[in-house]
Amino acid sequence: MLDVEHDEYAELRESVARFAREVVAPVIGDYYERCEFPYDIVAKMGAMGLFGLPIPEEYGGMGGDYFALCLALEELARVDSSVAITLEAAVSLGAMPILRFGTAEQKARWLPRLATGEMLGAFGLTEPGGGTDVPGGMRTTATLDGGEWVINGSKAFITNSGTDITGVVGVAAITGHRERGGRTVPEISTILVPAGTPGFTVSKKYSKVGWSASDTRELSFSDCRVPEENLLGERGRGYAQFLQTLDEGRVAIAALSVGLAQGCVDESLRYAGERVAFGREINRYQAIQFKIADMEVRTHTARLAYHHAAERMLAGLPFKKEAAIAKLVASNAAMDNARDATQIFGGYGFMNEYPVGRFYRDAKILEIGEGTSEVQRMLIAREMGVPGA
Amino acid sequence: MNIVVCVKQVPDTATERKLRSDDKTLDRDAADGVVNELDEYAVEEALRLKEAHGGEVTVLTMGPAKATDTIRKALAMGADKAVHLSDDALHGSDALSTSYAMAQALKKIGFDLVILGSESTDARTGVLAAMLAERLGAPQLTLARKVEVDGSAIVIERITDYGYDKVEATLPAVVSVVEKINEPRYPSFKGIMAAKKKPVETLGIADASVDASAVGLAAAYSEVAEFSAAPPRAAGTVVKDEGDGGAKAADFLASKKFI
Ligand SMILES: Cc1cc2nc3c(=O)[nH]c(=O)nc-3n(C[C@H](O)[C@H](O)[C@H](O)COP(=O)(O)OP(=O)(O)OC[C@H]3O[C@@H](n4cnc5c(N)ncnc54)[C@H](O)[C@@H]3O)c2cc1C
Ligand SMILES: Cc1cc2nc3c(=O)[nH]c(=O)nc-3n(C[C@H](O)[C@H](O)[C@H](O)COP(=O)(O)OP(=O)(O)OC[C@H]3O[C@@H](n4cnc5c(N)ncnc54)[C@H](O)[C@@H]3O)c2cc1C
Repeated sequence: MLDVEHDEYAELRESVARFAREVVAPVIGDYYERCEFPYDIVAKMGAMGLFGLPIPEEYGGMGGDYFALCLALEELARVDSSVAITLEAAVSLGAMPILRFGTAEQKARWLPRLATGEMLGAFGLTEPGGGTDVPGGMRTTATLDGGEWVINGSKAFITNSGTDITGVVGVAAITGHRERGGRTVPEISTILVPAGTPGFTVSKKYSKVGWSASDTRELSFSDCRVPEENLLGERGRGYAQFLQTLDEGRVAIAALSVGLAQGCVDESLRYAGERVAFGREINRYQAIQFKIADMEVRTHTARLAYHHAAERMLAGLPFKKEAAIAKLVASNAAMDNARDATQIFGGYGFMNEYPVGRFYRDAKILEIGEGTSEVQRMLIAREMGVPGA
Repeated sequence: MNIVVCVKQVPDTATERKLRSDDKTLDRDAADGVVNELDEYAVEEALRLKEAHGGEVTVLTMGPAKATDTIRKALAMGADKAVHLSDDALHGSDALSTSYAMAQALKKIGFDLVILGSESTDARTGVLAAMLAERLGAPQLTLARKVEVDGSAIVIERITDYGYDKVEATLPAVVSVVEKINEPRYPSFKGIMAAKKKPVETLGIADASVDASAVGLAAAYSEVAEFSAAPPRAAGTVVKDEGDGGAKAADFLASKKFI
């Protein structure tokens, strides 16, 4: 059993919780209102080593594990999800695929700066034509020409892809076709594209419902040329790579969701003890008490679910189903808790100046990103051997 | 440069703090122990000086066994090793005898520079740096908002009501810092893990050549004669504005001698 109360984990959790309270909480509301990327906060997250948590020391990381990253995400998201998703995408989607699948040269080139947060990584999978049915929706192509990949196409909703410190984007592209079972299927590979490569254009920021202080962009590639050695891992392994990347990423998103759910509990407990209606603090009313109890139950069970998935991941056991369950349960918990917390806050809950307003806006995407809730159910049914799932 | 930072464990200011009814000393078991906030600035300054000039940072803590948590935090920030001065005989020591015991430990450890926070959130006497300097025969450079070391020369900016004084001395010296001096780092995971393996030496009073009769509650020059809980906050005064609100508010402030 994963020893979550182990000193090192407990101390890390405490260190990040304090950072979130002291550094993030006082200023993040303003960034959010202005839809501005918080470079100074990200730099401080880098200084305390958060971007290097699961990266080995030889690449400038902290030599921790994926669970340590999850704990940090949870504590950050308890205060704010924009900074949490910036960390999640940079590490889970940006750095981890390079660590897992990259060549020695690729690791040496990118990881040391990704591990310090001096540079952010991103992963471009989703396209305007589809994020769930990835192979079916993919139009981006990469063809070899004179020792270079020539990339054409576009990507939608890519986190961390357009900041001043974005260094590299992993781009999934069709690099050919293969025969499989009498059908022609696309061969998908991942290619590392350094920021600023000619032919690689980053569009302006989307106007988002939530995660307003995080960076999300549409990308386009027009005869964008990078050296052949920028292929990540094996040619044709792109789909398998991101399935593995996303299995881990789901545990991370589950942790982030638990953080948001916990933030709702924290805020509701405090506010319900202060707000008076009909001559009593509203926490005296059973209608409010039950909401708070339900919120706690959801948070607790979701936390156990992600701990369990992380435990299997770290033990090297299959964890696809557990990761999907954790992501499904935790994103639901975040959404339900955000709704209840906003309700408890009454009119103030609808105001951006209170954290619960942000929680409400930030919760919905958790049921969509890194696999929608429908996708999680498909995965769970498939892992259970349900025919046709 | 051999730097020793004095770090104290204090009850968390966010929790309710109490005195013990039996011997009228602070009830250290009742509240969570945390690093005295200003001492984090002292640790940070020590680490920055080490990063700039090389050397070693040693944490010195006097306190009960549970103060090891605090020592580990300072080590997780990046200090190299620690000395924990811990002995039942030290319980109840006042500022004067604390400075004696700490000075004895410092003599044993050896130092070029001793750095402290300018006061602790529990006792708030703010005298330890001065007392230590006196006992060690070293120059005292207190209330520093900036510290610069060049060879054996040390210069600080000491905050004052009107700005700051530039104070110079020669090492070895004792410095106390204020929170304007820096922004303490948050322990990284690597720091947290490394802290487990760093040496912590525990000294009893005999190891530090501390005379038992000169420390502890019995030897204290100051004594808590009596204490009572702070009175609950009284209801505030509401000034109703009937055109003369400003004048009424001013009268109120004048009556309390604020203006
Ligand atoms: C803020 C933000 C950040 C993002 N960051 C990244 C990033 O960094 N990198 C990246 O690659 N992507 C990123 N995404 C994209 C995200 O992963 C996709 O939006 C998500 O996977 C859903 O894809 P889609 O939007 O194309 O929806 P669609 O795939 O079009 O799905 C629409 C709806 O149909 C449902 N559906 C689809 N197929 C089925 C089926 N077979 N059965 C039942 N229901 C089905 C879906 O569950 C969903 O409800 C981000 C998105 C957002 C909003
Ligand atoms: C955008 C916006 C526009 C608005 N426009 C107007 C307007 O034009 N005119 C106007 O007058 N007002 C307006 N309002 C105010 C709105 O009607 C109030 O916000 C709403 O009535 C809730 O009151 P409250 O915010 O004070 O919450 P509170 O009364 O403080 O309630 C907080 C929570 O406690 C619960 N609660 C309270 N008492 C009990 C109880 N006895 N048992 C169980 N639960 C209880 C509530 O249901 C709620 O969940 C507006 C609010 C917003 C956000």
